[in-house]
Amino acid sequence: MLRILQFLYSLRSFLLFILLELVAIWMIVANNSPQGAAFFNSSTAVTGSILQTQSDVVDFFSLAEANEKLIEQNAALMEALTNLNPPSDSVTFDLDSAFEATFKFKSARVISQTLRFSQNHLTLNKGSKDGVEVGMGVFNQDGVVGRIKTVSENYSVAISLLNTGMLVSSKIKTSDVFGSINWDGKLANEAKMLYIPRHVKAQSGDTVVTSGFSSIFPEGIPIGVIKAVGPGENQNHLDITVTLSSDFSSINYVYLVENTQLPEIDSLQQEAEVINEY
Amino acid sequence: MNIRVIISFLLMAFVLILVQILLLKNLALFGVALCFIYLLIILSIPVTISHIPLILISFGIGFTVDIFYDSLGIHTAAATLIGFIRPYWLKIISPTGGYVDSTDPDLKEMGIGWYFTYAMPLIFIFSLAFFLIDQWGTAGLFGVLNKSFFSSILTFVLAILVQLLFFKRKRGI
Repeated sequence: MLRILQFLYSLRSFLLFILLELVAIWMIVANNSPQGAAFFNSSTAVTGSILQTQSDVVDFFSLAEANEKLIEQNAALMEALTNLNPPSDSVTFDLDSAFEATFKFKSARVISQTLRFSQNHLTLNKGSKDGVEVGMGVFNQDGVVGRIKTVSENYSVAISLLNTGMLVSSKIKTSDVFGSINWDGKLANEAKMLYIPRHVKAQSGDTVVTSGFSSIFPEGIPIGVIKAVGPGENQNHLDITVTLSSDFSSINYVYLVENTQLPEIDSLQQEAEVINEY
Repeated sequence: MNIRVIISFLLMAFVLILVQILLLKNLALFGVALCFIYLLIILSIPVTISHIPLILISFGIGFTVDIFYDSLGIHTAAATLIGFIRPYWLKIISPTGGYVDSTDPDLKEMGIGWYFTYAMPLIFIFSLAFFLIDQWGTAGLFGVLNKSFFSSILTFVLAILVQLLFFKRKRGI
């Protein structure tokens, strides 16, 4: 018995090493499951405030560019608003409540972001205090950016579209064929479109937008443009490469979207035992 | 080892981690070369430290960096590996007559030739472990080797620069 203990004691540093590596592997596995509650991440108070200060300084240098983009979008919004306001000499009537706004929008600023790994994340400066909830969609004026993963009081962390574990329900705009956008972990401006059957005629240059089936994003938010269509390894599906429309290296301000009817849709689907793959 | 050396070492560790998470987080030269300058902390811990504290310190440093990278576990696993390997590697490449008690394994004390044989393999093993875990199942082995090779060169060059610029004054105390 004593010998065994002596033997183990002589191996103590190796055993400690194995133990700590197991802890690390456990953290990797626990942190990578989308539902797993990540406790230590950049949305905690201390790390959040450090990253916020850094972002404040860095953002100062890109103010001009950000302003320009905001002005562009303001213009587009004003144009849309004038189309919505009926001229004073016309008659209007309200449609019933089914057409009431199902989506609510919020804005946030990106204070930290990773780009170079296969599991990338963004940290935003809004948290549960501002009404951010887990599962909200994140996009900017160019296109889809990601989805909220964890929320603390003042900050939140989103899974980037540049994350091999992220699937976004999408469709080809011209033909309405739907599939899933998934990043393959290679280039920061390209992703793959999955589950498009062979018989579909897709060609490079077609626009890809969100489908609205996942109930996270409203229909029609741009994702990218098809770059190349190939036969693919799988017998049934095409291999489609999409050039993403958001430039992930220069994301500053983002919009958050919440589907107010998501709980109803979810509980209905659960009752009907529909498995939503997105 | 007196208290001033310890304080200056802690200060260096703090600054290096800060530089890593604020400046080098999204830096990637030509898309392949990342820089892990915080490894310099683990590499410059005095030779006399015993094995278990070294592993624990490496684990702590990796964990701190991980929190800011949102990549929980990846840096931790790779840094702990380096902390575990370091004493064995030091033993293998020990100069004739062994290490003097006060020896620090850095450029000023040991010279560039020895430092290259000491630091380069450790940094390369770290990068290899890091990218293997990060790219698990998504990229081919060539991509991993490519990234680890150039990352370790960049990290080594930067480690040399940092030591040439800042270590001289501190050792003079």
